Amino acid sequence: MTTREQKFDAIFEAWASQPIQFATPEAEGAYKERTEMWKDVIQLKKPVRVPFLMTSGIHPFLHAGITTEEGMYDYEKMSYAFQKYNDDFQTDTVVSCGMAGSGPLFDILDYKLYQWPGRGVDPRSSYQALEGEFMKADEYDVLINDPTDFFMRYYLPRVFNALSGWSTLGPMTDVTELPFTGPYMIGAGLPPAVKAWETMLEAGREALKWASFVGATDGYSIAKHGLPAFIGGATKAPFDTLGDTLRGTRAIMLDKFRQPKKVLAAMERLVPLAVQSGLRQVNGAKVPFVFIPLHKGADGFMSDKDFKTFYWPQLKAVIVGLVEGGAVPYLFVEGGYNQRLDVIGGDPDIPAGSTLWIFDKSDMNEVKKRWSGWQAFGGNVSASMMSTGTPEDVAGYVKMLLADVAGDGGFVLSPGAVVDHCKPENMHAILDTLKKYGKY
Amino acid sequence: MSEQLINAIADMDEEGALALTRELLDRGATPTAILDDCRAAMEIVGKRFEAGEYFIPELILAGEMLKGISAEVKPHMTSAQADVKKLGKVIVGTVKGDIHDIGKDIVVFMLDVNGFEVHDLGIDVPAQAFVEKIAEVKPQVVALSGFLTLAFDSMKETVGAIKAAGLRDQVKIMVGGGTVDEQVCKYAGADAFGADAMAAVSLAKGWIA
Repeated sequence: MTTREQKFDAIFEAWASQPIQFATPEAEGAYKERTEMWKDVIQLKKPVRVPFLMTSGIHPFLHAGITTEEGMYDYEKMSYAFQKYNDDFQTDTVVSCGMAGSGPLFDILDYKLYQWPGRGVDPRSSYQALEGEFMKADEYDVLINDPTDFFMRYYLPRVFNALSGWSTLGPMTDVTELPFTGPYMIGAGLPPAVKAWETMLEAGREALKWASFVGATDGYSIAKHGLPAFIGGATKAPFDTLGDTLRGTRAIMLDKFRQPKKVLAAMERLVPLAVQSGLRQVNGAKVPFVFIPLHKGADGFMSDKDFKTFYWPQLKAVIVGLVEGGAVPYLFVEGGYNQRLDVIGGDPDIPAGSTLWIFDKSDMNEVKKRWSGWQAFGGNVSASMMSTGTPEDVAGYVKMLLADVAGDGGFVLSPGAVVDHCKPENMHAILDTLKKYGKY
Repeated sequence: MSEQLINAIADMDEEGALALTRELLDRGATPTAILDDCRAAMEIVGKRFEAGEYFIPELILAGEMLKGISAEVKPHMTSAQADVKKLGKVIVGTVKGDIHDIGKDIVVFMLDVNGFEVHDLGIDVPAQAFVEKIAEVKPQVVALSGFLTLAFDSMKETVGAIKAAGLRDQVKIMVGGGTVDEQVCKYAGADAFGADAMAAVSLAKGWIA
């Protein structure tokens, strides 16, 4: 049987030896050095220097002088912007255009969970979630009974208006015998369903077109500068899947009072799905990190008692499942987590040196007390400072972080929020300060 | 005054609070008495929030309970009873480019139950809309909400537009939400930053009293 450690080593080995045609031997060396640096960090060693991980949102578009709308709708412009960004600022991963999204694809699907530039929000804005009760309060049992059926026939038809025809289908588990096949397929041939299938085909073709640009764009920067791809996959904390995706913040908060048992049962059902999804993506991409943005468990969003009941046990189960599969959960801990540090820090169920935690507004000295020797951590370069401060402010802050909390190794320099706006001189201030003070 | 109703609301017993309201109305309690109980209960909720015992879910459930109770009480109210004297006027809105409303809605609710006349301009509000509303209702306080980093510039623009319209010295301006902090407050030229809905209430009370 393959152990967790063997799987971990295998995925890092696959990542380090990706079949890349590097532009120069220097780029190849830089790639190798960076992948080693990341492995050292996760295993709580001291790498050659502290790595920098940038969460840049739409910053590459604005930096290149184009609007977000142009970048989301014109793949050539998207390529130009992200290549320029990786040329101008070399962090320790490729800043990937994969997260920026395809405007035409969302138009085809008539996506309702988000508004994006030119479709509800300003052309220079980022896409923004528009939560709704895409799962109704009385539909928990449908989700729990068969999550895939719920997604196919309830959730996707509501969230993608162009797939609304799927709501006329029967559950696919009806098709068990020859005589039942004909009656079942009638639903698939009715006009609303036909329109949905055609939309799906069109969406698939658009996604392929978009993906070829994403691959070529990231590939160019990876080969030119030796910047490894970083996000192998993405998944969510079960409470956030309910709160962000299915029920919305207000509704999930009320469900917690009104039908707590259903909320718990639904999350239990979502845990294995989240684990399998993350591992499938990581093994496909041969990149070890699974991005998990944390939203509705932050300070203020619930009591510690509720956090220990509704958020942490299920998130921990996802983390442990991913770690057992050899992947590295990358927890993006948005907002403040000061209340939660004692609940999470040092949890013995998570093997030491197996995960990465990037904090936003948490007190980093307090994080260090609990994370040092347990898990890799970083973050906290303030988004407001990067956006509105001077290079001196930023350099001073980075220097302080490096001096105060990086000393033991297992540390990553990073903002803890998505930074859509940052002056170029502030980015250079971070990179220059890191070069000067980030070596071990 | 019904201790029972106050406690039901303050202890997050939604079903109990609504049942008690109906019972009190049946026994002839006045709408004013019931709404006074709601205010007393909300004071406890606010204190528990400030003490770190209650969090956003409790504020949202309290809002739901008050909505439910108001619906029960309304048919029994005279127009004189509905007319309550307010502490002062506050204009609230999520600034241009940003469509986040959850935090802003909680601020609106908490200001409202704490006795302010609140004018909610909604989301993605252009600077000019704030200016026009200030000229129209003459508030003492303006509260700018925003979640994304793009909100920093919109806040700055909004404060600038209020200044350009010659209205800056008539209002106090607070900012809050998401990645907003003291640094953003300074950058935008606002008067104060508030970390949560109760901070918004304290700031408004401090400025208006």
